[in-house]
Amino acid sequence: MSNTQGNLNTTAEVGIVEDSGSFPPFDSSTYPSQLLWLVLSFGVFYWVMSKVVLPRIGGILEDRRDRIAGDMAEASRLKQETDEAIASYESALADARTKATNLAHEARSKVKAETESARAAAEEQLAAKLSESEQSISRITAESLTHVGEIASETTGELVKALIGGRAPAKAEVTKAVDAALK
Amino acid sequence: MAGNSGNAIDPIHQFHISKIVSMEIGGVDFSFTNASLFMVLTVAVATLFLVLSTNRRGLVPSRAQLMAEMSYEFVAATLRGSAGNDGMRFFPLVFSLFMFVFMANMLGMFPYFFTVTSQIIVTFALAMLVIGTVTIYGFYKHGAGFLKLFVPSGVPAGVVPLVSVIEVISFLSRPVSLSVRLFANMLAGHITLKVFAGFVVMLTGLGAAGVAAAVLPLLLTIAITALEFLVSFLQAYVFTVLTCMYLADALHPSH
Repeated sequence: MSNTQGNLNTTAEVGIVEDSGSFPPFDSSTYPSQLLWLVLSFGVFYWVMSKVVLPRIGGILEDRRDRIAGDMAEASRLKQETDEAIASYESALADARTKATNLAHEARSKVKAETESARAAAEEQLAAKLSESEQSISRITAESLTHVGEIASETTGELVKALIGGRAPAKAEVTKAVDAALK
Repeated sequence: MAGNSGNAIDPIHQFHISKIVSMEIGGVDFSFTNASLFMVLTVAVATLFLVLSTNRRGLVPSRAQLMAEMSYEFVAATLRGSAGNDGMRFFPLVFSLFMFVFMANMLGMFPYFFTVTSQIIVTFALAMLVIGTVTIYGFYKHGAGFLKLFVPSGVPAGVVPLVSVIEVISFLSRPVSLSVRLFANMLAGHITLKVFAGFVVMLTGLGAAGVAAAVLPLLLTIAITALEFLVSFLQAYVFTVLTCMYLADALHPSH
């Protein structure tokens, strides 16, 4: 390197001998200077690291950790709230469904009962009408039957009169004879 | 450099220390040298990066802030992993060591830059700082109990003296291995790089055939450069991990 300090070094017994033949890292003449400047520079570096940089980075990381933890807590709180809301909504829905089912069931049974009673009434009415009709039929039949007797007697009388000529037989006699024949 | 043509491809030349400002205190040469300059530069670059990137204290980090945070968390995880939570009291020291060594290694990768960590005295001083911290804190915290470090539990009584001797030797060799590992890696890497780059320069001076032949060392230089970036990080990391393990000994001597 430059030899500007060469004279200075050769005069001094101690001191850094530049371009001395020895292997530079093992040249002990450089050691005091290297040690002094290492102590100074590393000392300053250590001081700045421990007083400024590391607390700062540590603070940044801690802030972030706190922030994330806070956000996570908030998120889980919100999730819990949401879950509660969903649960209450679902129970309300279930209630409403049960209620609706009950109402439908009630309405159905009411309608059924009404229909039942209406049918019963109708059936009763029909039965009454039926028996009435049956009575009138049987009455008409009976009446008809008596009329049949009369008609038969009349017809018989007329027939007898036409067959034997002359006068008609007594009515009572004919009736008696017809009745006997009908039996 | 001028007047010494051999310097251009002299692989050792990059480790020479030259004065920038002469300084002598009590007959001892404390000159501000290129080594001092790069120590200051290492500290300045690392500090500026860490301070400026975290200036905004963004909840959502910028890229630079993320890098600063990652280096913080990386060192913190390394320290916590080997020394436990009470090891975090040494976090400023471990972080400073990691960043200093890492930044010094990385700056050394720039051409014409001086590599602070390629000087054994520097790495040895850093290693002694670690071992000194371990020893002083160990005795301060545990008193004589710190000596349990040399008497592993569960060893038969007859073997204890032997094991203790081995443990003491291993403890004493720690600063040496810690410093030599970093120093030798940086030194060897830079020499290799310089040698292969020197081949390129030499061969290209030999005409067309030389230029063709220079392709291989050029490719090697590129590959070694990539490797050296890896080594720069790795050695800073290894230094940090070992520091953490030694600090764990100071915290829990009975292992």
